Amino acid sequence: MLQIVFDSLSLGSLYALGALGIALIFGVMRLVNFAHGDVIAFSIFALLWPSTDAMAIVFAGQLPWYLLIPFVLLVGAGLSVLCEIVVFRRFRRANPATMMIASFALGFVIRYFLLMLFTSRPKSISLLPMLSQPVEIFGARLPLLQLITIIATVIILIGLTLFLRRTRFGLEMRAAAENFSMARMLGIRANRVIMGAFALSGALAGAIAMIFGSQTGTVDIQMGASIMLMAFIATVIGGLGSLAGAVLAGFLLGAASVIMQVVLPVDARPFRDAFVYGAVILVLLFRPQGLIAARGTKERV
Amino acid sequence: MSLLVLANIEVRYGRLTAVRGVSLSIKDGDTVFITGPNGAGKSSLLRAIAGVTPASNGTIDFDGYNITGKAPEDIARLGFSMVPEGRDVFGSLTIEENLMVGTGMKAKDRGWKAKRAEDLEAVYQTFPILKERRHGQAGLLSGGQQQMLVIGRALMTNPRLIAIDEPSLGLAPNITDQVYERLIALQSLRALTLLIVEQSSTRANLVGGRMLLMRGGQIVLDGDARELGNSAAVQAAYFGYEDH
Repeated sequence: MLQIVFDSLSLGSLYALGALGIALIFGVMRLVNFAHGDVIAFSIFALLWPSTDAMAIVFAGQLPWYLLIPFVLLVGAGLSVLCEIVVFRRFRRANPATMMIASFALGFVIRYFLLMLFTSRPKSISLLPMLSQPVEIFGARLPLLQLITIIATVIILIGLTLFLRRTRFGLEMRAAAENFSMARMLGIRANRVIMGAFALSGALAGAIAMIFGSQTGTVDIQMGASIMLMAFIATVIGGLGSLAGAVLAGFLLGAASVIMQVVLPVDARPFRDAFVYGAVILVLLFRPQGLIAARGTKERV
Repeated sequence: MSLLVLANIEVRYGRLTAVRGVSLSIKDGDTVFITGPNGAGKSSLLRAIAGVTPASNGTIDFDGYNITGKAPEDIARLGFSMVPEGRDVFGSLTIEENLMVGTGMKAKDRGWKAKRAEDLEAVYQTFPILKERRHGQAGLLSGGQQQMLVIGRALMTNPRLIAIDEPSLGLAPNITDQVYERLIALQSLRALTLLIVEQSSTRANLVGGRMLLMRGGQIVLDGDARELGNSAAVQAAYFGYEDH
C-alpha cells in the first residue's frame, strides 16, 4: 500500500514539475511550449560527450552532486532562455497557434541536434549511483532515490511558491500572468518577465532530467517527449495557466497511472495508458475549464 | 508648459481607421475630459498614447520625450499612468499586492522602500476601504472599490499624468460621485494631470476643466467644460447634426 503511495508520488512529481514548466510559460505569453520535452532531453545529454556508443561517455556527469545538480539546472535554464531570445521573441505578436507550431519545430531542431551528436540509441548512464540503494520505511522497501525525488519536488514547489509570493519579481510574474497588457502599463518590463519564466521553466526541465535520468539509468533523445505529453495533459486538466492546478493534476495523473497498473486485471495492463487517457477525457467533459480555472485568460495585447 | 503633445495621430485596426489625425496639447496640471459617442475613437486615442495599440501615424511627446512607438512599460516609466476601461485589477492578487505591482520601476532609487510605504499610507488615507481589505483578493471587490483600487495603483507609480478610460462604467451614480470626488481632491494635492474619457459630457460639466468632444475619430469641439455646458453646440457635435 505504502509502495503504491510512494510510486504515485514519485511519478506524479515528474508530471507535476513538467506541467509547471509548461504552465509558467503559458501564463505569461499564452505559448504552449512543445519544445519543453526536448529541453529536458538536452539538459541530461549535456552531461555526455558526443558518441554513438551504447555506454555513455560521461563528461560533466562525474562532477560531485553539489556541482552536478546546479550544472544541469543551468543548462536547462540557459537553453530555454536561448529558445526565447532566438525564436519565441520574434513571435511575440503572433497568435497562439502560430507560436505553438513554432515550438514544435524548435523541439524537432533540438531533438535532431541531439540525434546528430548521440544517435537515437538509448544510453545507459549512472547518475548519483549512491541513491539506488533501498531504504526501509514503515515496512516498505523503497529506493532512496524515490524518496529523494519526492523530497526534492516538495522543496522545489515550496521554493517556487515563496519566490512567487515573496519577491518583487514573483509579484511581477503573477501580475503579468494574469493580465500581461495591464502589467506593462504599470511599467513591468515584458522581456524581463518572459525571460524569467523561461529560465524557471528550463531549470524545472533540468530537474526533471536529473530525476528521470537517475531513476531509469538510461538517457534517450525521446525521453522528454513521453513526460512532456503527460505534463501537457496535466496543465490542461489543471486549468491552463493555473500553476496550482498544473501541480495538482500532475500528481493526480501520476497516481492514476500507478493505481491503474495495480488494479487493472493483468490482461488489461498493457492498455493502462488508454484507461488513463479515458479518465482524462472524462475529467475534461465535466470540467472543460480545468480543475482550477486560471484567472485572466484575457487576450495578450 | 505642455506635458503631452499629440501631432496628427492616426490609429488603424486593419482597414478600419479609429482615429483620424488628432492634434492636441495638454498643459501640466490640467483636467481634460475627452467625451463623445460610442466608437468616436476616444479609447483608441488613449491606447495609442499609452503604447498599447501604437499609432499608425503621427508623433506623441510626453514630458519632452518623443514616445511615439515606445513600449507601454517605457511610457509608464516616464510617468504616464493608464487606467484602462473595465478596470483590469489583478483579481487573484491581494489588494496590497495590486498596489505594489507598479512600484518596481523606481526600485533603484535611494530610499525607495520608505517612499513606497509613505505612498501606500497616502493611498490608504484616500481610500480607507482598501486598507480595511488590504489582504483580501482584489477580484472580490465591488465595481466601485475596484475603480478606487486601480486609481490607487496608478498613484503608487507616482505619475505625472493619469489617463482614465470611463471611470463611471458600470458604477452606480453615487459611487461615481465618490470616485470623482477623490480624483479631484488628489489632483489638487499632487499637481496631477488628468486625462479622462467619458461617454457623456455631464460629468465634465460638473467637474469642470477642459473638454474635448470626439466624433468619427476626430476632435470636433474643444473648450471649457463649464462654458460649453450642454449647449446646442455640444449636442450638435455629439450627434453630428451640422451641415449634412
